[in-house]
Amino acid sequence: MKILVCISNVPDTTTKITFNNDNTSFNEGGVQYVLNPYDEIALSRAVELAESNSGTVTVINVGEASTEPTIRKALAVGATDAVRVNAAPRDAYFVAQQIANYAKDKAFDLILTGRESIDYNGAQVAAMLGELLHIPSVSIIKKLNIEGGNAVVEREIEGGKEVLSIPLPIVAGTAEGVAEWKIPNMRGIMSARTKPLNVVEPISVEQLAQIVKFDTPAPRGSVKLIDAAEPEKLIDLLHAEAKVI
Amino acid sequence: MSVLVYVENAEGKFKKSIFEAVSYAKSVAAQLDTSLIAISIGNVAQDELAKLAKYGANKTLNVNTEQLKTFVNQAYASVIAEAAKKENAEVVVLSNSFSGKGLAPRIGVKLEAAVISGAIELPDTTGGQFKVKRSAFSNKAFATVEATSKVKVISLTPNAYQVIEKAGEGNIEDFNAPVDQQDLKAVIKEVVRATDKVSLPDAELVVSAGRGLKGPENWGMIEELASLLGAATACSKPVSDADWRPHSEHVGQTGIAISPNLYIAIGISGAIQHLAGVSSSKVIVVINKDPEAPFFKVADYGIVGDAFEIVPKLIEAVKSLKANA
Ligand SMILES: Cc1cc2nc3c(=O)[nH]c(=O)nc-3n(C[C@H](O)[C@H](O)[C@H](O)COP(=O)(O)OP(=O)(O)OC[C@H]3O[C@@H](n4cnc5c(N)ncnc54)[C@H](O)[C@@H]3O)c2cc1C
Repeated sequence: MKILVCISNVPDTTTKITFNNDNTSFNEGGVQYVLNPYDEIALSRAVELAESNSGTVTVINVGEASTEPTIRKALAVGATDAVRVNAAPRDAYFVAQQIANYAKDKAFDLILTGRESIDYNGAQVAAMLGELLHIPSVSIIKKLNIEGGNAVVEREIEGGKEVLSIPLPIVAGTAEGVAEWKIPNMRGIMSARTKPLNVVEPISVEQLAQIVKFDTPAPRGSVKLIDAAEPEKLIDLLHAEAKVI
Repeated sequence: MSVLVYVENAEGKFKKSIFEAVSYAKSVAAQLDTSLIAISIGNVAQDELAKLAKYGANKTLNVNTEQLKTFVNQAYASVIAEAAKKENAEVVVLSNSFSGKGLAPRIGVKLEAAVISGAIELPDTTGGQFKVKRSAFSNKAFATVEATSKVKVISLTPNAYQVIEKAGEGNIEDFNAPVDQQDLKAVIKEVVRATDKVSLPDAELVVSAGRGLKGPENWGMIEELASLLGAATACSKPVSDADWRPHSEHVGQTGIAISPNLYIAIGISGAIQHLAGVSSSKVIVVINKDPEAPFFKVADYGIVGDAFEIVPKLIEAVKSLKANA
């Protein structure tokens, strides 16, 4: 069983988000980068599936050389080998095109992404990959098992869930529930240093969209405190002042 | 030229988020001086389809075939893309629902269109440009995206645009796009949908609780308050990690992002990862016994106190508000 996991390098979840160049670019100053948490879940599940199906896990990242510590972390968690497409990840379409180009003749049985990246939150790469590779995709899954030649996945729907059986190969975007986060052990970290990390050059992709400006939310006014002895006042305020109930 | 909106149904009915998408698409069509066409796939009764005209659909394409009765991501994307081509759509609008998230990128690739997911405002189309604001960095920021492709696909965040009724007529037509067997590989084995509760991503009001509640046995009062308000329930990550509540209720950076009109946080400290998923709520209420809890910094209303004393009193207050209404 051959599994490909697409990983993205994102600002740590505690990052204070600021912009520079007249609010046209993300201010990277002092920012700590990490493996996107959803991709980490995808990777954890991929490693478990590879172990029980005697398979391999390749991780792929579209990024410049600065993403290599994140790729090494993925190798430490248990990926077999890694590929870096040497380009700044312009947008989801660009990333999906690069990964599809790499994957198209490699016969992966399963391609996993995180449900979305925590920086641009597009949640687009999984479904774009499915379309580019002409295979089924499920964008947000909470469970993933392999039964014979099928992937059995549980997908979230509003107010419930849907269980699907789909013949492999498929692409799926994973969310919490698919696996527990794995913490790399010492052996993993040591072996990650010598696992293969191949660098490939990007293909050219037409640009369909571009971010032209960033904003941060307007700060809220200060909190109006209600005395704990009279909580019913809160309900009055929500009704008469905020008019939300 | 036209604007096409995909109207997703849940068990044959359209939810409020779909009427929001239709209203939004109608405004886009008005800006571009063109008509709005809706496409429905699956088994939806004529009287339900007829509602779409009230929100501005000039025409509704009804795809009601045996093959497409239940949602299959690939096949639905193909049919919507075919409709977009046939109607010469310049903009395709979807709701950014769980299914919408799976469809929009596939439709985008098929139409070589820019995909703008999680839009929160109408596009700026002055002078022929096409710029749309969406949330980014897990609700910590907004990004304005300029689409330069001929066709654009937009998925709209639920609760970001209001439902607007328009007096207007619309007709309903059957639409039969050929479906490739290759697109029908996924087989649905089971669907579970709680219809008695408000679903969290669509909810206008949300009552959420965290580790301060001490254990799952204490959620009775949270559920009671939520059901009195007609609100959905949510929770912080440690709560769903400990299986006190289902994962589907987990909001935040690694859970779901929501933007209800009212978010009531009870016994939640307000860690940055939690705030990421809820900070775009219109009104935030915090109940926490620790006056230093970071959540108070982003709240509109707050009560410093013990949830176990305060929530029962809130329940009584809501009951009396309803009794007097
Ligand atoms: C990569 C990463 C991703 C994460 N993603 C998320 C996410 O998506 N969502 C999320 O929620 N968290 C997330 N977290 C976890 C986050 O950092 C916090 O640990 C978590 O939000 C804390 O949950 P809590 O507020 O329920 O619990 P605590 O931090 O333990 O806070 C409990 C609060 O309850 C109050 N309290 C206690 N007793 C009472 C009482 N009787 N009455 C009133 N108040 C009381 C306390 O004063 C305290 O403020 C993430 C963390 C990481 C590292």
